[in-house]
Amino acid sequence: MEKDGVSKSARVLWKLSCFFRKFIVSTLSVGPIPAHVAFIMDGNRRYAKQRNLEEGEGHNAGYLALKFMVYYCLELGIKHVTAYAFSIDNFKRSPEGVQRIMDLMVEKIEEELSQVDNTYSKMGIRIHFSGNLELLSQPTKDAVKRLMAATAKNSKVLLTICFAYTSTNEIVHAIEQTCQEKMADQMELEEPNVVKLADIEKHMYMAVAPDPDIIIRTSGESRLSNFLLWQSANCSLICFSQLWPAISFWHLLWAVLKFQRNYYYFEKKKKQI
Amino acid sequence: MLFSLNFTLPPIFFTNLSPQSKPFWNVPLHWRLKAKNQTSHVPKSPLCWTAEQELIQQGKGENSVEEEEEKVFHLGLEDQTLPLGLRREAMPRHVAVIMDGNRRWARLRDLPVGSGYEAGVRSLRKIVELCCQWGVKVLTVFAFSSENWFRPKVEVEFLMSLFDRGMQEDTGSFLRDNIRVSVIGDLAKLPETLQELIINLEEATKSNTRFHLIVAVSYSGHYDVVQACQRLAMKAKCGLIEPSDINESLVEQELETKCTEFPYPDLLIRTGGEFRISNFMLWQLAYAELFFAQSLWPDFGEVELLKALVAFQQRRRRYGNAPAKFKALEVACVEF
Repeated sequence: MEKDGVSKSARVLWKLSCFFRKFIVSTLSVGPIPAHVAFIMDGNRRYAKQRNLEEGEGHNAGYLALKFMVYYCLELGIKHVTAYAFSIDNFKRSPEGVQRIMDLMVEKIEEELSQVDNTYSKMGIRIHFSGNLELLSQPTKDAVKRLMAATAKNSKVLLTICFAYTSTNEIVHAIEQTCQEKMADQMELEEPNVVKLADIEKHMYMAVAPDPDIIIRTSGESRLSNFLLWQSANCSLICFSQLWPAISFWHLLWAVLKFQRNYYYFEKKKKQI
Repeated sequence: MLFSLNFTLPPIFFTNLSPQSKPFWNVPLHWRLKAKNQTSHVPKSPLCWTAEQELIQQGKGENSVEEEEEKVFHLGLEDQTLPLGLRREAMPRHVAVIMDGNRRWARLRDLPVGSGYEAGVRSLRKIVELCCQWGVKVLTVFAFSSENWFRPKVEVEFLMSLFDRGMQEDTGSFLRDNIRVSVIGDLAKLPETLQELIINLEEATKSNTRFHLIVAVSYSGHYDVVQACQRLAMKAKCGLIEPSDINESLVEQELETKCTEFPYPDLLIRTGGEFRISNFMLWQLAYAELFFAQSLWPDFGEVELLKALVAFQQRRRRYGNAPAKFKALEVACVEF
């Protein structure tokens, strides 16, 4: 028997897995839960290539994986989730590849907007796009702004999608804003240390969220690729060898367990500071 | 049920290792060392022999404190052979190291914390020597973070005296071996005698070209960007630039790493088993490959450095571009 295109057995399995996950989550919640988890979603194209699919299907699968991870983070009580969707460096890819991603983004945003009351509002997920949005085409920019406006009132989880983003571009933008502010404040030339850390931080695209506690990268690469460089000063870096569409609840569970194992040691270190 | 969560790189297997089939200058360094000490011929290598197993067999798997104390810090300039498994054309130009684990090393041996730092200095000398031999151009080491000022005063004073002593003792070696030394960080917080020593050392070695050692003292990545922003704000105030002119290139020119031709590390090695960057060179590490070693810094020797460099050479660096553009590099990085 099928309802909304989903078979009864699939529903039963999903409910069983929800129950099992709730049990694990309640056990984990005895310890500290990270406030902010960031994902570098690497490996979509390789995933499609391995399964002889078109490149666009890999990004589709990646999008689904992101939705599931946000859901699992919501269950775990993680308040901030950041995902590295599209880097400014990715504009150097083939124009067809870039256009495919932009079209996919607009298509998915339209889909989400049609169901925003049923999904994001119910679950309390607010979506924010971080990055140099001026680099996007007008249709993409409009779609992005509409989704941000539609979910602005939700407050349980903040999902930040880094789109047209690189950390160096973010820092340059913050420095430019800081310099303009200092010039407007008519700062004294002789005064040392006119610029403080907080002056730069408040102009960052990622000022909406606290610094991440964990950055997870898939596909086995061990580098930041210009993602959250400023914010990753003291966060844990975890690399999984699986490709992004293959990520699952178990990876998140492992990451949280590692975080909990090191949490008290780093809190002690922070107190010494 | 759990996926295999692979955190470490696969073990490296060296095959086709018959040193007698290669010219003498291609024989790996550690086999040549063995040949120096023995009159017998260099042994035949079994299949699937790793560099680590070879070095452990010779008792070179772990740094010995006594051996290191007796060694004079001197480069074997005549010995330019790369160990087996490393390709000179794929060596990273700039390696950055977070030297973590000195205090734990001392605690594990019931030694005072100072002994841990001294062992760390010996390890650093060894790594500088190896990097010189293996073709790395720049080595940046994270010696003292801005946050370390909050450590106990006795420990901080000991570290300052250790820097002082180390620079004085090794000045001769740096000059002899054509090594340029730069110190980056908020040097105004250091004792004045140490500041003077640093200025003199930088001046004396500034025209050396063979190797560049950058020591980060009282440094943090945040501090680096903030001081760059400060300089740019001053320039904007003086009318030299407009705030809208500020771009990545201008910021790069104001960062502390402007002293080197290669300001961006290709490889970051962190010892001590922690998986974090701890506020080190945040801007410059944008595309660096990260390698986290479990061993503590005083134990980080030739074998561990070799592992890190081999792992680096196996990685595919795409810089966000389509893989097709880096096809040549992919082919070069395929298993030997």
